[in-house]
Amino acid sequence: MLVVAFWAIFFYLPVMKDSAGNVLDSSFNIFYFHMPIAIVAYLAFFVVFVSSILYLRESDSKWDMVSLSAAEVGVIFAFLVLATGSIWAKAIWGWYWVWEPRLTTSLVLFLVYVGYLMLRTALDDPLKRARLSAVFGIVAFVSVPLSFLSIRIWRSAHPLMFGGSLYGQEGGGLEGSSLLLVLLLNMLAFVMSFISLTSFKYQNEKLGRELEMAKGR
Amino acid sequence: MLKGLNIALKDLKIESRAREIFISMVVFSLLILIIFSIAFSDLLSSASKTATVASGVLWICFIFAGTLGLNRTFATEVQNSCMDALKMCPIPRNSIYLSKVIFVFLLMLLVEIITIPMFSVLFNYQFTAIIWVGIVILLGSFGFVVVGCLISALVIRARAGEMLLPVLLLPLSLPVIIPAVSATSGLLRGEDIFSLMSYIRLLVVYDFVFFAVSMLVFEYVVED
Repeated sequence: MLVVAFWAIFFYLPVMKDSAGNVLDSSFNIFYFHMPIAIVAYLAFFVVFVSSILYLRESDSKWDMVSLSAAEVGVIFAFLVLATGSIWAKAIWGWYWVWEPRLTTSLVLFLVYVGYLMLRTALDDPLKRARLSAVFGIVAFVSVPLSFLSIRIWRSAHPLMFGGSLYGQEGGGLEGSSLLLVLLLNMLAFVMSFISLTSFKYQNEKLGRELEMAKGR
Repeated sequence: MLKGLNIALKDLKIESRAREIFISMVVFSLLILIIFSIAFSDLLSSASKTATVASGVLWICFIFAGTLGLNRTFATEVQNSCMDALKMCPIPRNSIYLSKVIFVFLLMLLVEIITIPMFSVLFNYQFTAIIWVGIVILLGSFGFVVVGCLISALVIRARAGEMLLPVLLLPLSLPVIIPAVSATSGLLRGEDIFSLMSYIRLLVVYDFVFFAVSMLVFEYVVED
């Protein structure tokens, strides 16, 4: 899985740059990172949410490890969303950061899950840690739909991607089939890299716990 | 529900005798007000400028004072392992949570009732649309307390829990705080309540969502 994902990233990225560079301003290239990463961050936090519920239902430490792994990867992706977003914003809007709802909620989303990881480090007893952080993971997910819906609830400078008008101010948009294809390929690549990173982290965590068990014996 | 009220009454009775949480909440909130009135002393001459900062100043007071109160809510129960006694009571676990929500909510309301006139005095400001502002403040503080009690119960088990509470609570309660602050500042600027309905709707929805989720998950927090 890891091999496939990395192959996808390294193989497809040049393709993306070629096809996008012909049509649009070069700063638009970063969009192919920005949007898939954002989607993957949401996906990661959704995984945290689901596995937290499953943990509370089944009390199986497997789900705890899944939510930890997904949260860690999700925080990295959320940070990358902010980073790529600000670089892009600097090129297009002229500022790295503007205080408007979409950006603020993305930042909050990032902070909430940093809080999640902080909570985990502050709890010593593994069982308690698993249970309490699962509770927090469920409540925290409530802030994700806020981030996603904020663009529709408040008027926002951040362009709307689905429904309504597509990103059209540069004369581009997503109509071109080659652009769409590249976007989908990147989406696939990032989702795959998310899955591989998470499963890698999961294996790591599992081995770590087995080691702890062996030490304790 | 009724049993939750009983526990809340017990808390209120303790609080009315000792008054340790309430007094520090009020004093803290007033201190913040004073700092703001010094910092914004240039603005005080103009009512329209005061109106623009009013909602921010008020909500910072409420939220900081509320955080202070939330820090102590479960701490009193843990001290003499009262929590274990409460858990042994033949009542649903939710009602412990409910009682804490009622208790902190009442404390916050009292703090707000004292802070708002003090704001009027210190900032030389005449409130408009006070009923709607009151409703928005009620809804906002309820949502804040609902999330706060859950997080407070969570972090009481953690190392350095008091440090962790604001860090976890503030971003998490933002879906309630943002519409509350925006609606309050809209009202104080003299906007029509109907133009602010989208904020109020958001506020009500999140109050319900947070309350429902917290009621569902609370028993996992106290289970040992």
